[in-house]
Amino acid sequence: MLKALRKSFKYSLPILFGYIPLGFAFGVMLQAAGYNAIWAFFMCVVIFSGTGQYLIVSMLAVGASIPSVLLTTFLLHFRYFFYGLSMIDRYHRIGGLKWYLIFGLTDETYAILSTEKPPEGITRQAFYAAVTFLNHCYWIIGGVLGALVGGILPFSTKGIEFVMTALFSILVVEQWKAHKNHLPALIGFVLPIISLVILGADNFLIPALLAVSVVLMCMKPILDKEGRLL
Amino acid sequence: MSDFWTSIGIVAAMAGVTALTRYAPFLFFGHGKEPAKWIVYLGKVLPPALMSVLIIYCLKDVNFLAGGHGIPEILCIAVAMGLHVWKSNVLLSLGVSTVLYMILVQTGVFVF
Repeated sequence: MLKALRKSFKYSLPILFGYIPLGFAFGVMLQAAGYNAIWAFFMCVVIFSGTGQYLIVSMLAVGASIPSVLLTTFLLHFRYFFYGLSMIDRYHRIGGLKWYLIFGLTDETYAILSTEKPPEGITRQAFYAAVTFLNHCYWIIGGVLGALVGGILPFSTKGIEFVMTALFSILVVEQWKAHKNHLPALIGFVLPIISLVILGADNFLIPALLAVSVVLMCMKPILDKEGRLL
Repeated sequence: MSDFWTSIGIVAAMAGVTALTRYAPFLFFGHGKEPAKWIVYLGKVLPPALMSVLIIYCLKDVNFLAGGHGIPEILCIAVAMGLHVWKSNVLLSLGVSTVLYMILVQTGVFVF
């Protein structure tokens, strides 16, 4: 296992440089919301999702309702389903480790495992497991560090919560580049604004998510044409 | 901050659903089975739509009539997006826009 970790390390390096600062920002926000490093550790271990954990800080801060957490997480993480789908063949017959590998299938882990080949001298499953585990560790280290030192930094961290807005902003750009048709992105922009204006900041999210899902389903005949729009 | 059990509930809800979305394909589809067409369709259209929804979610408490009038938010979103279109470097886009935002709100330059 140590050999696998050593050989896989260089493949995980880009993730190291991404997860430590991103996890750190999560930890800082979490401690600013009143939660200590034990919470940060616990969340990084059991959730292991950047978008999810940024979102959860604001949900914890206001004590969001469980249904809104369930629905938002489900829609937000719908994409994981497709990562998993494309890994089914790769993860076929690799033993019990598979269940940990699936658990750790984040955007970044997927990006590496779906493109890189295992280095010589270690097995496929050892490579997958090592990369997933290293990424998980980086994420935990970043989160715990942020929660530990967030309160004692020599400068104010006021405004650091903008990292969540910035993350979604760049994801909009990436989605925009990845799709030819921008109608889904525009629907996702307009309907929540209408919901926000009518229902206000505390109640707009669930109706907005439902409206977006229903409208997208209704538009399937228009949007879902083979090779044309999506 | 929520009380202990509310917090545990929120974390458990998110962890549970996150794990479910990751495990579902392996539990329900396995080797060689295809998911229904509407699931595949949602998989294409939901991600771009959801990112837009979440930007609005991030801006839901911004007051455009007082304080900074939403100027730091809009400006820094533009910086994050512009940098990302230009350089496609996640850390650069996040770092520059977030630090700029922190400077803007801490100095209160747009509060008038």
